Amino acid sequence: MNDTGNNSQITIALAGNPNAGKTTLFNSLTGLKQKVANYPGVTVERKEGPWKLNGTAANLIDLPGLYSLDATSLDEHIARDIITGDQKGVQKPDAIVAVVDATNLERNLYLVMQLFEFGVPVVIALTMIDVFEKEKHEIDVEMLSVLLKTPVVPVNAKSGRGRAELAAKIKEVLGNKPTVPYVFEEREEDGPHGKIFARYKFISTVVQESVWHSDQKQHRLSEKIDRILTHKFFGLIILIAILLLVFQTIFSWANLPMDLLGKGFGSLADLVRAEMPPGILTDLLADGIIAGVGGVVVFLPQILLLFFFISLLEDSGYMSRAAFLLDKLMSRVGLHGKAFLPLISSFACAIPGIMATRTIESRRDRFATIMIAPFMSCSARLPVYTLMIAAFFAGQTVFGFISLGAVLMLAMYALGIIVAIIVAFVLKRTVLKSPPPPFLMELPPYRLPNLRTVFQNMLTRAFLFLKRAGTVILAISIILWALMYFPRSLSVPPAVAGGLSTDSTSVEMTNVQPPATASGTDSEQLKHSFAGKLGHVIEPVIKPLGFDWKIGVALIASFAAREVLVSTLSIIYNVGKDENEQSETLIAAVRDAKTDDGKPAWTPLTALTLMVFFVLAMQCMSTIAVVRRETNSWSWPLFMTAYMTALAYVGALITYQGGKLLGFG
Amino acid sequence: MQTKPDRNMTLTDLPVGCDARVTTVNGTSRVSRRLMEMGVIPGVDVRVVKMAPFGDPIEVRVRGYSLAMRRSEADGVEVSL
Repeated sequence: MNDTGNNSQITIALAGNPNAGKTTLFNSLTGLKQKVANYPGVTVERKEGPWKLNGTAANLIDLPGLYSLDATSLDEHIARDIITGDQKGVQKPDAIVAVVDATNLERNLYLVMQLFEFGVPVVIALTMIDVFEKEKHEIDVEMLSVLLKTPVVPVNAKSGRGRAELAAKIKEVLGNKPTVPYVFEEREEDGPHGKIFARYKFISTVVQESVWHSDQKQHRLSEKIDRILTHKFFGLIILIAILLLVFQTIFSWANLPMDLLGKGFGSLADLVRAEMPPGILTDLLADGIIAGVGGVVVFLPQILLLFFFISLLEDSGYMSRAAFLLDKLMSRVGLHGKAFLPLISSFACAIPGIMATRTIESRRDRFATIMIAPFMSCSARLPVYTLMIAAFFAGQTVFGFISLGAVLMLAMYALGIIVAIIVAFVLKRTVLKSPPPPFLMELPPYRLPNLRTVFQNMLTRAFLFLKRAGTVILAISIILWALMYFPRSLSVPPAVAGGLSTDSTSVEMTNVQPPATASGTDSEQLKHSFAGKLGHVIEPVIKPLGFDWKIGVALIASFAAREVLVSTLSIIYNVGKDENEQSETLIAAVRDAKTDDGKPAWTPLTALTLMVFFVLAMQCMSTIAVVRRETNSWSWPLFMTAYMTALAYVGALITYQGGKLLGFG
Repeated sequence: MQTKPDRNMTLTDLPVGCDARVTTVNGTSRVSRRLMEMGVIPGVDVRVVKMAPFGDPIEVRVRGYSLAMRRSEADGVEVSL
């Protein structure tokens, strides 16, 4: 410890293969006080937390999961820089805890061999040893330690076994000059990969001397499970069943908390209106900030649930099986098998879907997946589809027995998928062109998921979503609110309610049930606002799509979030703000709406055009904010918004003009 | 990758369930390096455990664990029975 006496804090790096139990150990050592961020300029996650070394405080840095340190991938590059002290903002580690999975000793030790070469003291934390011993293998930990000239501590994150000993051993090695257990000789006949040979050769000797295998029991169990779960036919059926179950659960379980959150934010806005004097500040707080942020926080239950299931699937080892089953299908479009789950999740909501792409290692594959995720028809598009179908296609059938509405709904989902496939195909051959990264994926043995890891992962994701997306969304909410709020229309009588009484309860009563004229004035205000003017400005552009300026206003508003279209249309057509999409009156209002020259504003063709536009357009600021975070740049979300909206315009144009040519509308 | 007339047997030729020993690891340096880092080096025993539904990727058991790889990668791993 002599060397580190001057340093304010000891830094320890935690390194290990993926699936070696590194995250579980990290959670068990640091508890809940973790910090998660990105390394500057890249999307590699930086995770650290405090670790009490029997009284001494240390900072534990969780390196990305690694198979090697040869700096061929971004993760490896960053990990290497951290260990050598070249990563800005990270103190050079004083020691490394190498997590080694006892059931997969040879390959896990490969990384350790490389760690030895950096001259930083290493302590090996041997995980899964309980499993290993249960299978009647024997491992001579002492012998292993002697051969590797390195302390080896068997640990079990669940029972806490080895935690204190690990801390003690770390304190022992701090400041020591580590002894390298083997001398590497470069031999010409081994070729460019001679080093890899040498490392594995040494590992084989070590393992031979310290491990006695009886029978590969666990692997046999995993193989038995795999006989069904990755079966050519049943494997796919089971995969579909699991996905259906997950999404059914997300949809049905998330509904109630989402409703409650939505209502909660509604009441909060009402409370603000009731308790604060009417005016700009109150309106900004209630309609801009609370409504805007509330509209995002509403997605939280879906995110929590999806990440609960993703962590569960990943921790159990099933996720890589799903990627294994679907890789061929996905690779035809140029995507990784692991892209499947994020894309499927995007049918619920693109935000968790995009966050779930983190499991894809290759940056280009990951970005291609992010770029097409929003084409999956998410739940926010449903109100729009429902309204359009209810207003113009209700009660009609195809072939006399299939509901036209159901066919259209299915067609919208299919359109999104087809366009996504085409876009992925194009992207992977242009901007995201890359030689296919080697597809080498470990299929870890099935294990019971560690619930603590699952929950912690879920909470981390939720927190990141709230923190990062929240700031951007707040800003955009305020801008959109201002567009619809300013300039103030003269016809709105200012501060009607405020003049009534200073008694808060009576004000609350007035505000909770606004007078019937309120929606009328809202509609006037919207017409004269910047958004209303913008509607007029863009009218020539959207006219070829069959949209008048009023639909234009609703379109502009819906760029905040798709479902806003419904409430904005309600305001424009004076239906009353809280009508939902099922409302008879809104449906009637949309049907009866007239353009300024007295013609019907909507036809079934207009409705279909609008639906096509909504399938393709990037109208969700939360998604934009999340893409910004996940790609760590503004250019990707802007590119996404631009190309999707361009596609939406072209798609809508083809629909409307083509429909007119065919004699519809 | 061109096919030599006297092409050696590779992992893709290996029937499911059949044991073999790796003799050479070919492919671009990126792929062969990664394969070797994952433990697929000449002299090691391998077995093709199964194929995915559309025949690709394949699951290979090596050094006591399961590694999935696409046929394009497996084609660079020469084996002998």
